[in-house]
Amino acid sequence: MDFLLSADSAGDKLLAMVVAISLFVAVMGILLFAVDRPKNVPSWVVFLAFVGPAGALLVFGLIRPAIITIYQSFFDRTGANFVGFDNFAQLVSTNDLRQVLVNTIIWVLVVPIAATFLGLLYAVVVDRSPVEALAKALIFLPMAISLVGASIIWRFMYEFRADLGDAQQIGLLNQLLVLFGQDPYQFLLNGPWNTFFLIVVFIWVQTGFAMTILSAAIKAIPDDVTEAARLDGVSGTQMFRHITIPGIRPALVVVLTTIAIGTLKVFDIVRTMTGGNFGTSVVANEFYTQAFRQSNAGLGAALATVLFILVVPIVIYNVRQMRLSEEVR
Amino acid sequence: MSTTDREQGFQPSAAAAPGVKQEDFQEGKRAEAGKLRPRAASTKKRLSNPGASLIAIVLAVLWTIPTFGLVLSSIRPELATKTTGWWTFFADPQVTVNNYNVVLYGGQNNFASYFINTIVITLPAVVIPITLALLAAYAFAWMDFPGRDWLFVAVFALQIVPIQVTLIPLLSDYVDWGLNGSFWPIWLSHSIFALPLAIFLLHNFMKDIPKSLIEAARVDGAGHVKIFFQVLMPLLTPAIAAFGVFQFLWVWNDLLVALTFGAPDTYPLTERLASLVGSRGTEWHVLTAGAVIAMIVPLIVFLSLQRFFVRGLLAGSVKG
Repeated sequence: MDFLLSADSAGDKLLAMVVAISLFVAVMGILLFAVDRPKNVPSWVVFLAFVGPAGALLVFGLIRPAIITIYQSFFDRTGANFVGFDNFAQLVSTNDLRQVLVNTIIWVLVVPIAATFLGLLYAVVVDRSPVEALAKALIFLPMAISLVGASIIWRFMYEFRADLGDAQQIGLLNQLLVLFGQDPYQFLLNGPWNTFFLIVVFIWVQTGFAMTILSAAIKAIPDDVTEAARLDGVSGTQMFRHITIPGIRPALVVVLTTIAIGTLKVFDIVRTMTGGNFGTSVVANEFYTQAFRQSNAGLGAALATVLFILVVPIVIYNVRQMRLSEEVR
Repeated sequence: MSTTDREQGFQPSAAAAPGVKQEDFQEGKRAEAGKLRPRAASTKKRLSNPGASLIAIVLAVLWTIPTFGLVLSSIRPELATKTTGWWTFFADPQVTVNNYNVVLYGGQNNFASYFINTIVITLPAVVIPITLALLAAYAFAWMDFPGRDWLFVAVFALQIVPIQVTLIPLLSDYVDWGLNGSFWPIWLSHSIFALPLAIFLLHNFMKDIPKSLIEAARVDGAGHVKIFFQVLMPLLTPAIAAFGVFQFLWVWNDLLVALTFGAPDTYPLTERLASLVGSRGTEWHVLTAGAVIAMIVPLIVFLSLQRFFVRGLLAGSVKG
């Protein structure tokens, strides 16, 4: 049964996968069979059989570890000595770590606004065009690409060759710079702008999401309303400001907050593009570095806790907006 | 009112979409009436406006060119890719599949085996959480139990927990249990992290199934297990597809979970790509081909199941 814990050939791995799925199906099958067969099983037993497995996993894998992590954030790197708020103080007082916090705030301000703006713009200009489906698919595609893949795509765009004699640029952006008589630029090395060049990657990925949701919202605005406005001689921009924007306001909030939450957790891009070097690290990346590379469990836990604290108000706002609009309904 | 509810019951997407749901509160059902009317009359050919067309074309080109350049470079010979820009391809077209050979089967790269790892990770990590979430969502939607609504709100609220918060304690548990280095921690973790969103989404879809259907089955003497499999499952296929695409893309493209709980034997394509960037960041013939291999499957899945994915997006999209 070795292959179950240490599969190293392709066959063993696939076998382990089949075993895992079969095992899962068998366990669930027996469980459901057990509560279905006998007559008059108490209803709470049936409920437990349905909810229990998921509930147990959530308690084990989300609630419990979250509590442990928050607790650990008050301990030192080994987790043995209580240090109070020292880890958090370190985040604010160390220059490098303060840079991490500042970068995270820049990310979370720029990405949602830029992606939502571009997504809305695109949704409006392609709305009801004959090639709408194709046009949307083009913007949409980056969402299917992993953030690692997206990072490689953009590293290639940013690729730099020193301007020596006849060496040609192979990165498109530097080629354009050279074409316009500028010197090639180290997009990923030179702070503070390198953070913005990383942000571009995530905007590129998230715009499709914003466009999809906002496009659906625009289409849900009743035709009568736009029709009436048009008959009243309302111009295109006025229509946008007074009809479209108010009509899609709740969707805008959902899009902005959802992208903000995703942005806070972005890790793959920073890690793949710069490894968090050159002053580009963010909380989610620094968490990984501290917890699993520097073996500083205390500081890692503190960074994870900060992430948690940053996410909570955005989610609460998001949920409240959803609730509000449901009540009006 | 009841007829509308029933109609929506068979189109869970419209009823469950927050983005859309909130829009039509002002005009309520008129929105639906509007949709049914031929749109031709009000179609003010927006793209005939040259400004709008220009914006659309510029954005579409900006969004496509980076990927296009990468894909094109993956089929150019190593020397050409390293010394000239991909746009010179049009002046001097040279094509090769050698990069793919090097990446897939070359000794150090061996993407073929990482491809297997990604598949082995992904399938159980999609099947298990969907099954568990379907059962839980069913219970939350259709079983009476004291405190049920409370529990459901709690599950919903768990979406706010960033997975980073759970990684350190989970890793130490897996190490203690000797599971470390196998696929089990990865499957288990992906399954757990997917549950809050999966339960929430599937619950929304299930709630939209007409109550009369469930009650009729109850009257016929069917138990919950029977109702679940025979009445609900066939109606839920689109919902399952919607979340399935979601979860598939999430797991296939994940780096963090695989990196934290993985070992060289279990690393997926994303990890391999990321580490190639670190170790051989200028070997563009390898990187481009590797990136194409990693993104080809999700792109196919995504394009063929796009409408389900959009439905899932519209139905709620906060992912831990």
